[in-house]
Amino acid sequence: MAEVTKRSKALAVNPLKTSAPMGAALAFLGVNRAMPILHGSQGCTAFAKVFFVRHFREPIPLQTSAMDQVSTIMGADENVVEGLATICSKSKPALVGVSTTGLSETQGTDLRGVVTAFRMQHPQFGHIPVVPVNTPDYCGSLETGYAAAVHAMIDVLVPSDLPAPGRVEKRINVLAGSSLTPGDVEHVKELVEAFGLRPVVLPDLADSLDGHLTEDDFSALTIGGTEVADMRTLGEAVATVVIGRSLNAAADLLRARTGVPDYRFDHLMGLQAVDEFIQVLARISGRSVPRRIERQRAQLQDALVDTHFALGFARVAVAAEPELLVALVDTVQASGAEIVAAVAPVAAQHLSQLPVAEVKIGDLEDLELAARANDAAIVIGNSHAADTSARLGVPLLRAGFPQYDLIGGYQKLWVGYRGARQTLFDLANLLLLQAHHGIRPYRSFLSVKDGAPAGGDAAFEAASPETAADAH
Amino acid sequence: MNARERSLLLQEPACAHNNKAKTGCSRPKPGAAAGGCAFDGAQISLLPIADVAHVVHGPIACAGSSWDNRGARSSGPALYRIGMTTDLNEHDVIMGRGEKRLFHAIKEAIDRYAPTAVFVYNTCVTALIGDDLEAVCKAAAGYWGVPVVPVDAAGFYGTKNFGNRIAGETMVKHVIGTREPPPPSAAVREEARRRGVDRIHDVSLIAEYNIAGEFWHVLPLLDELGLRVLCTLSGDARFHEVQTMHRSEVNMMVCSKAMLNVARKLEERYGTPWFEGSFYGITDTSQALRDFARLIGDPALTALTEALIVREEARVRALLEPWRSRLSGKRVLVYTGGVKSWSVVSALQDLGMEVVATGTKKSTEEDKARIRELMGADARMLQSESARELLNAVRKYEADILIAGGRNLYTALKARLPFLDINQEREFGYAGYEGMLELVRQLALTLESPVWELARQPAPWAEGRTSLHGAEDALLDTDNESEAIDPAPSPLGIPQRI
Repeated sequence: MAEVTKRSKALAVNPLKTSAPMGAALAFLGVNRAMPILHGSQGCTAFAKVFFVRHFREPIPLQTSAMDQVSTIMGADENVVEGLATICSKSKPALVGVSTTGLSETQGTDLRGVVTAFRMQHPQFGHIPVVPVNTPDYCGSLETGYAAAVHAMIDVLVPSDLPAPGRVEKRINVLAGSSLTPGDVEHVKELVEAFGLRPVVLPDLADSLDGHLTEDDFSALTIGGTEVADMRTLGEAVATVVIGRSLNAAADLLRARTGVPDYRFDHLMGLQAVDEFIQVLARISGRSVPRRIERQRAQLQDALVDTHFALGFARVAVAAEPELLVALVDTVQASGAEIVAAVAPVAAQHLSQLPVAEVKIGDLEDLELAARANDAAIVIGNSHAADTSARLGVPLLRAGFPQYDLIGGYQKLWVGYRGARQTLFDLANLLLLQAHHGIRPYRSFLSVKDGAPAGGDAAFEAASPETAADAH
Repeated sequence: MNARERSLLLQEPACAHNNKAKTGCSRPKPGAAAGGCAFDGAQISLLPIADVAHVVHGPIACAGSSWDNRGARSSGPALYRIGMTTDLNEHDVIMGRGEKRLFHAIKEAIDRYAPTAVFVYNTCVTALIGDDLEAVCKAAAGYWGVPVVPVDAAGFYGTKNFGNRIAGETMVKHVIGTREPPPPSAAVREEARRRGVDRIHDVSLIAEYNIAGEFWHVLPLLDELGLRVLCTLSGDARFHEVQTMHRSEVNMMVCSKAMLNVARKLEERYGTPWFEGSFYGITDTSQALRDFARLIGDPALTALTEALIVREEARVRALLEPWRSRLSGKRVLVYTGGVKSWSVVSALQDLGMEVVATGTKKSTEEDKARIRELMGADARMLQSESARELLNAVRKYEADILIAGGRNLYTALKARLPFLDINQEREFGYAGYEGMLELVRQLALTLESPVWELARQPAPWAEGRTSLHGAEDALLDTDNESEAIDPAPSPLGIPQRI
């Protein structure tokens, strides 16, 4: 059981936290032909946009209500209504997600009221769902904002008056948490499909932000993701799989609305978690586990064994959003390595259950101090931790948001047997490349190694072993 | 190398293998042989000499598949890590251009890398086509003014062990005794006195390879005793150090039979006494230090040695204490062969671990006698080299961990068995008192690793299917055990050789 240490300092140095509105925007980016709006100043959106562009290396649709000094004081409801109308008329989106920010929340905006006002003033856009979500910057982090947006989408789009669940036999819902990369989501879909099931993933970042070229040269909206029509019919599925505990509230709501039974997982990293996941898929589908997946499992077992020399007792420092932190701690510990520093940007309910001594709620400075004090040999964290790890003189495995100095980080596979295997390899390789566990060279003060005495080569040629023996 | 030279080398009188009816190293069995060739043995014996250009004369296979594959470390030059070969092509072989190519290759090595010496290794092809290695080396040395040493150990001459011996023989024949060591300078003598050492004694170590730098755990101890190491053949050695080995007062044969001929010949030629020892484990490290003192016979050195042993043993035992409870009682199967079969046993027993069986593939009668001394008269010895039988033995004796060479690493891992690599490719140094701390760490690392449980866990949906272990148990029952186990012959005393 971990002791969760709350932040005790005034100054955050090298922040780890990503704000909640960005999490909400990310969730909306997983919906096809969607447009997220941040209700705040232009900067809120500009920073978020740059953040996502650098991470995903994709154009990112993200709009702003562009609050200025007048609307901040006099009321910015009109900004939102105008913004929604502009987007709906110009881009014809399938869905608009509106998240608040620190500015609009502090101002005291009534987002739901604003959406109602928009509906009344612009009935012609009545067919376009607008999803409001409250995400003040000063509350939570990317993970909580993301979860709130998923909850809000279910709230807006899933009707409660559906007929009995399970009408579409092979269909299952996947609520995908924010710790999953597009690469992860893609693999989850493959695993589900391997059992003959059709997954509807919410949100489906694998379809929108997986990095693919399209026929069209430009789109103002997302170019893939969950279909709004599929969201409306989540109640037809035979089961829902929930990945990530932060989505509990969203999952509760979905189950209450639809009656579809759900299966919840903290994460899908590592042998045991994936075993459970595969078993659930087998049970839902009534099919046996495909050979291909069994082979992947055996490959992971082999990798565990092969990497344990490099990873055993390795001292690992991790900084990540709570859900990812839990997954990484599980993965690292299963390999025989030790977590010597664990930092999360915000508290989450289950952090205290982690089998580590302490989880610090803090920043990358906290990570650096703990890693140094506890002699960490490797750091796992986002790209901001690159300087941290350089100062510590240890390698960095990039995980989480943002990864701006790594190409394809968004596509890296962490989950499933395959992802777990790659994570083990990556960790082991970084440690091996570092390889300073060697014994330091020792020079004897008596040594004659330095400065070969004069007459070296001549001496070699003149002297034969026999003459030397005689001299003896 | 002609037939007479070969048979003389094979009949190494100091090698206990020759005390039995058979002579020399046993002939490898086609289809069931494991281990390297004579070239391999010669190359790994000498490669750690750090400031030498090691040129392999042959087609690419010999150097191409073996260079940069050793854990020996240097405190200075890194020339030994540069792979060099004549990489003969078809024309060279058919048209007999090998010698010419070699001559130029030696020149290029000298011009580009300024080595203190060049070692030229013969290989099967060049031996078969009759390249005159010795003549080319002599000519090259004369032309370029750099020592060029022919190492005539083509692969087919024999086993890896035999290659080790040829390498040693080459050093004795061409290098050792070609230079006098400088006397310790006044400053060094002053420093020694400051450290409480009145007399500096010169010693050498034979077949110490400084794997993973482990000899650097031992060297500070020798410094403290005023033992100046003229040369370690060949870990972290320099060419000029090898030249001066004949001036040692005592030679220590470290953990190996392979270069016994060097110790014996140095005794024959220069009257240097020698002993066999090991730096693995507390007991053996202390014993090795005592043997130096005993053979040198300087009372002051003896006193220094005893004081050091008392201090170091107490220090390390205290540091080992927390590990002891984690390791003691664990059952170990040691499968190394040669001297390591007993030297490691003593290290493990120091930790309270139980050695359930040990491999004796390359061990001599003398080694076996030592095993019995350590493990009791009914010590289990494994002769066989098949992976299947090795695993069967592990199961039969309920070993918790297998300690063996890298070759068996993946055999163990595939069988989901904790494993410790003890051979030359390993990355960790276990020598000396300090090395014990690394050893316990690595033992605990693999023994306590959570991966074994995960790796043994059948898929939750696979209940009812035949488990992998079920299949193996069946195999175990049908296998003939008697072949794998060398029934312990009557105990032999350890011959006193010094």
